[in-house]
Amino acid sequence: MSPSAITLSGVDKFYGPIDRGVHAVKNLTMEIAKGEIVALLGSSGCGKTSTLRMIAGFEEVSRGTIAVAGRKVHTLPPVRRNVAMAFEGYSLYPPLTVRENMAFALKAARLAKSAVDAKVANIAKLLEIEDILERYPSSISGGQQQRASLGRALIREADLHLLDEPMGQLEPQLRAVLRGRIKHFIKERGLTAILVTHDQTEANALADRIAVMEGGVLQQFDTPDRLKERPANLFTGTFVGEPPMNVFEAYVGTAADKISLKLPDGLSLDYDKDAFSGPVRDELLNRQRVVIGVRPYAVRRSKDGVPATVSANQWLGDQTHIAADFAGGSLVLVEHDRTRLELGAPIKVSIDPKNLHVFDQASGDAISHGTELA
Amino acid sequence: MEHTSLLERILRGIALALVVIFFMFPIVWILMMSFQTNETILRIPPQLVFEPTLANYTALITGKLMTAAGTLDIAFMRNLCNSVFLSVTSVAVALLLGVPAAYAFARHKFRGSEDIAFTLLSFRFAPALLVLLPLTLYFQKLGLANTYIGLIWVYQLICLPLILWIVRGYFEDIPADIEYAYRIAGHSWFATFRKIALPLAGPGIAAAGLLAFIFAWNNFVFALVLASADKQPVTVGALAFITSSGIQYGQISAAIVLSITPTLALALYAQRYLVEGLSLGAVKG
Repeated sequence: MSPSAITLSGVDKFYGPIDRGVHAVKNLTMEIAKGEIVALLGSSGCGKTSTLRMIAGFEEVSRGTIAVAGRKVHTLPPVRRNVAMAFEGYSLYPPLTVRENMAFALKAARLAKSAVDAKVANIAKLLEIEDILERYPSSISGGQQQRASLGRALIREADLHLLDEPMGQLEPQLRAVLRGRIKHFIKERGLTAILVTHDQTEANALADRIAVMEGGVLQQFDTPDRLKERPANLFTGTFVGEPPMNVFEAYVGTAADKISLKLPDGLSLDYDKDAFSGPVRDELLNRQRVVIGVRPYAVRRSKDGVPATVSANQWLGDQTHIAADFAGGSLVLVEHDRTRLELGAPIKVSIDPKNLHVFDQASGDAISHGTELA
Repeated sequence: MEHTSLLERILRGIALALVVIFFMFPIVWILMMSFQTNETILRIPPQLVFEPTLANYTALITGKLMTAAGTLDIAFMRNLCNSVFLSVTSVAVALLLGVPAAYAFARHKFRGSEDIAFTLLSFRFAPALLVLLPLTLYFQKLGLANTYIGLIWVYQLICLPLILWIVRGYFEDIPADIEYAYRIAGHSWFATFRKIALPLAGPGIAAAGLLAFIFAWNNFVFALVLASADKQPVTVGALAFITSSGIQYGQISAAIVLSITPTLALALYAQRYLVEGLSLGAVKG
């Protein structure tokens, strides 16, 4: 593994007095390698922006340490941390044009004017803001301001680039184009970037690894694929993925050579004992109650399945989302063909054991993914 | 404007004229009085047509006041200089102290910051006369009575809270992230304060400074009690026109015209900043 660009160890953030104030970030430890793009993903108030601002130096670190490129920086002022940042609120300097705003970020680097001009032109082309370079921030749209702000961060050569909701204000088409370009730009230059977002599509598209945060706690820090396939707990399981994972509480029972997961309304999912590996079988039988999860893509309609009733059916142009009343709750399944199902129509669904995620009922920690232990 | 009818435009013109006449009348009347002698001023009914005289202005500028009882020395020009000196210095000191303080109150929430800010504002609550008696006694003990330093110090009661509270609001309106963006680009907080915060709050600082200047200029009681003749500003100096042989309306008017001229000129000049300052909210994050 390449050397670490940034290491956070046991970082706590309290707003207000330590141990008594609001505990925004709890014992956060993560290491990001040089050249990696990492997304901090979570809903509002999960501590992702606080984390970013602690790295930048705008918020004090209540406990723990932050090291950038091997230097402990958490007590240094922002000016000495050598990080660049794009702000969620753009924060362009109002009296300067877009060009000056971007060139301004290079002032401390003391480059020749021609070098600055070349860099500005390069970034402006990348972000499609060449035509507004001479305009002032107050006279351009939110999306343009956001791109200018992003450009001001990307133009710098810093140990770390922090991007706070970098594309929230852009139109969908432009966002898709820029995601690719920005990723290419960052990778080509070997930059290390941390972006904060609540948009999982953006996190999936840009990041090498995603740190899912909730309630100030890092839930899981993994690649996008592994987040989907092996969620560490119920929160990541239901938070990552669109539409979200279906979850149901179940009692584990055995009958003959079957393992049955008993759901509310007298329904039951029965599997051959051999469908699970030995350790998983033991874990399941050891516990009375579990929570099972299954991704909408993995729910199949089949003749010998468990009954459900269609409650909504929506064709999105490339896939069908079917919601069904199932086991006292709602089950969503996705099919790739246009499915004609009337509301109230009875269907039968089955779930392949290899697509089954099992979580502990009390802690929410994952027990097994498919036929293997978590 | 093309949709307004002729009648509407006429009515609007009349309404505007009425407002202007209402507000400008006292000033115009004073201006007219300043070019008349006491006799013409006191004539009943008042005359709109008169023979203008510059005698009042000459008397003020030369410092010799001719009254029925004889020649009287007046220190009007000296008072005017005192006014300028006291107001300018007080505002300068208040800006020097108040702007960094306002920045601190706006950006850093420290223990008791609200209490300190409120205490400073509360200086404006107490009636000046209530404060004056103990203040005079203290100042006499300290040797500050009847000194420019003492006066400027007391004028801070007027200027400092004003500047602090107005400018603080302007600093709070600047998104903190603009400053952070500058700091993270490799600048110290002091450079950020100088290059980002101060220019962005500039119109607000100008407006607050102007307001403080007008308040300082118009102050009467502090100077009346704490300053003797050679340090008095025009507001107090004007009392000299109430002489044993009558009130010198002509000279008072001329004195008023001369003494409002600097503030009026300043206000007109700074109007642009005032308007800009009041529309600072238009700065988008």
